[in-house]
Amino acid sequence: MILSRKFVSDYIELDDNLSIDKIASDMTSVGNEYDKCGKLIEADNLVIGEIIECNDHPDSDHLHVCKVNIGSEVLQIVCGAQNARVGIKVIVALVGAKLPEITIKKGVIRGVESNGMMCSIKELGLEHKFLRPEDIEGIAELGSDAIIGEDPIKYLELDDEIIDFELTANRGDLLSVLGLAYELGAIYDKKVKDIDLSYTESNNDISDDFGIDVQTDNCRLLLTKKVSNVVIKESPTFIKNRLMACGIRPINNVVDISNYVMLETGQPLHFYDANTLGKKLIVRMAEAGEKLTTLDNIERNLDENDIVIANENGAVGLAGVMGGLNTEVIDNTTDIIIESAIFDAVKVRKTSKKILRSEASNRFEKGLDPKRTYMAIERACHLLELYANGNVNKGMLVFDKTEKEDKVIAITVKNINDVLGTNLDVKIVIEVFNKLGFSATNNADNITVTVPTRRIDISIKEDLIEEVGRIYGINNIEGKLPKLAIKQGSYDKRTRQIRNKLVDLGLNEVLTQIFLNDEVANKYIENNYEIVKLLDPLSIEKNALRYSLIPSLLKVYEYNKDRNLKDITIFEMAKGFYKKDDKFGEDNKLCILMSGEYYLELGNKKQVDFYIIKGIIEELLHFLGFNNRYSFIANNIPTYLHPGRSAVINLSGRDIGIIGSIHPSIAKDVYVAEINLDKLFENRVSKLKYKEISKYPSIVKDLAFIVKKDITSEEIMKVIKKAGGKLLTNIEVFDLYTGTNVETHEKSIAYSLTFLDMTKTLSDEEVMVVFNRIIAEVESKLGAKLRDR
Amino acid sequence: MREEIKNLKEELIQKLNNINSLKELNDLKVEYFGKKGPITEISSKMRDLSIEEKKEIGMLLTDLRNETTNLFDSLKEKLETDALNKKLESERIDISLPSTKIKRGSKHPMSLTIEAIEDLFVSMGYDVVSGPELESDEYCFERLNLPKGHPARDMQDSFYITDEYLLRTQTSSVQARYMMSQEEKKPIRIIVPGKTYRREDDATHAPQFSQIEGLVIDKKENNVSLADLKGTLEVFARKMLGENLDLRFRPSYFPFTEPSYEVDVTCFKCGGKGCSLCKQTGWIEVFAAGMVHPNVLRMNGYDPDVWGGFAFGPGWDRITMFRYEIPDIRLMYQNDIRFLSEFDRKDEN
Repeated sequence: MILSRKFVSDYIELDDNLSIDKIASDMTSVGNEYDKCGKLIEADNLVIGEIIECNDHPDSDHLHVCKVNIGSEVLQIVCGAQNARVGIKVIVALVGAKLPEITIKKGVIRGVESNGMMCSIKELGLEHKFLRPEDIEGIAELGSDAIIGEDPIKYLELDDEIIDFELTANRGDLLSVLGLAYELGAIYDKKVKDIDLSYTESNNDISDDFGIDVQTDNCRLLLTKKVSNVVIKESPTFIKNRLMACGIRPINNVVDISNYVMLETGQPLHFYDANTLGKKLIVRMAEAGEKLTTLDNIERNLDENDIVIANENGAVGLAGVMGGLNTEVIDNTTDIIIESAIFDAVKVRKTSKKILRSEASNRFEKGLDPKRTYMAIERACHLLELYANGNVNKGMLVFDKTEKEDKVIAITVKNINDVLGTNLDVKIVIEVFNKLGFSATNNADNITVTVPTRRIDISIKEDLIEEVGRIYGINNIEGKLPKLAIKQGSYDKRTRQIRNKLVDLGLNEVLTQIFLNDEVANKYIENNYEIVKLLDPLSIEKNALRYSLIPSLLKVYEYNKDRNLKDITIFEMAKGFYKKDDKFGEDNKLCILMSGEYYLELGNKKQVDFYIIKGIIEELLHFLGFNNRYSFIANNIPTYLHPGRSAVINLSGRDIGIIGSIHPSIAKDVYVAEINLDKLFENRVSKLKYKEISKYPSIVKDLAFIVKKDITSEEIMKVIKKAGGKLLTNIEVFDLYTGTNVETHEKSIAYSLTFLDMTKTLSDEEVMVVFNRIIAEVESKLGAKLRDR
Repeated sequence: MREEIKNLKEELIQKLNNINSLKELNDLKVEYFGKKGPITEISSKMRDLSIEEKKEIGMLLTDLRNETTNLFDSLKEKLETDALNKKLESERIDISLPSTKIKRGSKHPMSLTIEAIEDLFVSMGYDVVSGPELESDEYCFERLNLPKGHPARDMQDSFYITDEYLLRTQTSSVQARYMMSQEEKKPIRIIVPGKTYRREDDATHAPQFSQIEGLVIDKKENNVSLADLKGTLEVFARKMLGENLDLRFRPSYFPFTEPSYEVDVTCFKCGGKGCSLCKQTGWIEVFAAGMVHPNVLRMNGYDPDVWGGFAFGPGWDRITMFRYEIPDIRLMYQNDIRFLSEFDRKDEN
């Protein structure tokens, strides 16, 4: 809603020295934000002049050299407009004038001096939609009554100031000049003036040849009046200018009056040509498949959720949204039917969302005051009589199921002070209510407030508290911290522990979007899970939600690789979404992606491989307390991973994630790991406590086995561990060898075994017994040969 | 014999002065003090002497030994030090060559921000809680006093996945969830950081962004008021964005709070004078806040005659951008390694 200072001044007296900026900032501090504020016409140094001489430019076929009398002097101005001629009064922009698109400088145009510019209306900066062809083509021609030397903006009555408000959804009442007047009245403690609703009625009665029929509960109030013999012409200047100031294009006096009244009262009206409308106005729900051509000449398809206005032949308007083309007021219209009504806000909202958001629908959606519905129709009659020579017919057809009682709300001063944290007394509180135009009576600290129906947003105590806070001014309230019982705050430390560990290990944390294409998402889903798709996505590229974070991190990888950043070690913790057995779910996940170089020593750089990312996961799991409880199993590898360089991560017998190389058909030399954190956290971790260190020395023995290539180190270690018993306290792999002296289908793996007894110093003989048992077991169970024997 | 000892001594000192290496030194020692050396020879001749002479010669020999041994030792030490220094010199490395890089990780700036915020609120007795991102219409809207068809739903165009389920548009959904989850209605002091989603994608709006919800509910007699909300947000803003900031409350409208406010903070770029960041206003909008609407309390099982409180919600992305002067939200979701690596150290705040 745009506030026009001239318009609102009809209803409230604003001090001349109150600047528009101050009004805007005062309105902001009571909760009404604005987008723009300033003069309607941002142009200065303009005067009215008269062309007293107009000669062709000696060096041009279209320029004129004019002498322009501006009162104080006569200026020579070179002008290219075709309509420049002696005797017309014009708008002169003096040297130094700032117009919205240009600053006027003294100049020489093809050898002739020019001291200023004669302007078109367009150059003043009015919005393009308001301009007529003559406003754009030539220089503006002012009437003969324009006084030379005076301000042309004032002469054109465009010397207005505006504030373009961005109002909150609850303040439908402010979508009207009257509403803004009441709000300003509350701020500046001024009374709102009465609106003129007077007119005379002819002897013709509307009900003689017209009737209404409301067939749906979605219309609670319908009023119609008839005005005959209107003369369609241009609107008076003040109506045109105020409509333009408020962003509405003037059309003709009758149409303009319906918009003018909507701006004044907030109640949208519709005017029908009485002849094309016929004898009856019906309000009903549209039938499925019903069609209507609206004012903008577009055929609309309607359904049972649209409220329509109809005559006996069919729909003639979309209630609350837009009128129909065939009952429009046109140049030869003489008699009109005025409709002023309240339609269901939710229904109008739905229809307008589908068809078109209009000034009218915006007001219906936010809710209307039934008293204004009556006021608006009377106001329209008043203006039509005055500016369209209309004869208002006697009588009004009324269908009314609305409540029009003012709301009465009881509140105490304590209620207010408790919520606001203030110490206001009853006098100040009542003063605030009176400023707002609410009547308030009190018995000690108990106040009874009567809220006028125009404030549809107010219905409970808390709404009144908000009003007091608004008008009293929250910036007058001193902030303090709540006095509450001391209590320990808590948070889930685990996410932070993981983040810290991974950052310590040299990984960069990333933040990606959950949206992606469904076909991509589907490649990274588990069995029995379905991808979640959006009903109304922004684009096909973002029509689904990821289950795995891998595709998101791959995108980050691609992004960086394209910028020649190749060493990428990243992780993210975020949700993965799925549908399973018709239920939606989300899992907390950790995903790691590594590529490029990880260990960076001059002359000895290490490319990321499986064992590096495995090391990262082991470090993490160990840190989280899961030592000796996890394993990597090379089974059930998902299709997006390299089948021979990947594994499932298993914790305490349950799969919690995957690790490995991305399948080379997707990306080369990229390693990922993904862990379901919800599954991980289901495992409890024992308390960390000191374990005794042996006082006795340990004995370390190395050995190497030659085994078939497909035997895994893990299998060998299992056998060693079992054979080693209690004395074997640690096993490390320290070498892997294939090549000379080892057959091609075999490999050599070397282990370093640590033996220790907690109770005594071990003798070499004791160790050798165990050591030999280990060798025998590995040889017999796995067909291994001890190397170098 | 006396003469002999004296000459021997002079000769030895002379020779010691010309020694250049440990080997020469050792050879010299063997030459003079060895079994076949002149000193041993003199000693062996001593047995033919008288007692007085033995005494005298003995003393002279001891003198000789002591004096030359000292010379031997100090020369040896010097030669050893020289040799070590020479060896170390040969081991000199170019310390300006690059170090072995321990790969340097980094937290995302959003994480740096939330860790600081969590620490602040936990210190004031708040619990940090979370809730689902796939949310029902009931919890995202209806239980927050936003029935179907409410015009304020327009402020939050949503991604629905069915008629009833959507991606939450606001972390406020967790308000309802948390209140409902309290079997025995107890005071609440929580913050809820999390991702939120709205169906918009333009220069200033991304479909995915993040919020931090704060909710305090207590018995009416404890009087959690707007003044307390104001004080809490003052602490929040000053700790997270700058100690000298002022706050400006503007009345606004949200269906779940009454009264509702939008809260501006002194523009930290220009200090309130007006600049491009604050669009010349001197203020930056940071919080949405208000007193919990009685309908919200009632709908989630808290009797509004007994309980009251406040809620607030700053944009997590915005606070992060302000803290680190990140000019464009897209930078935070692009994950350029160069951008991420800028956050590889501790944050002073």
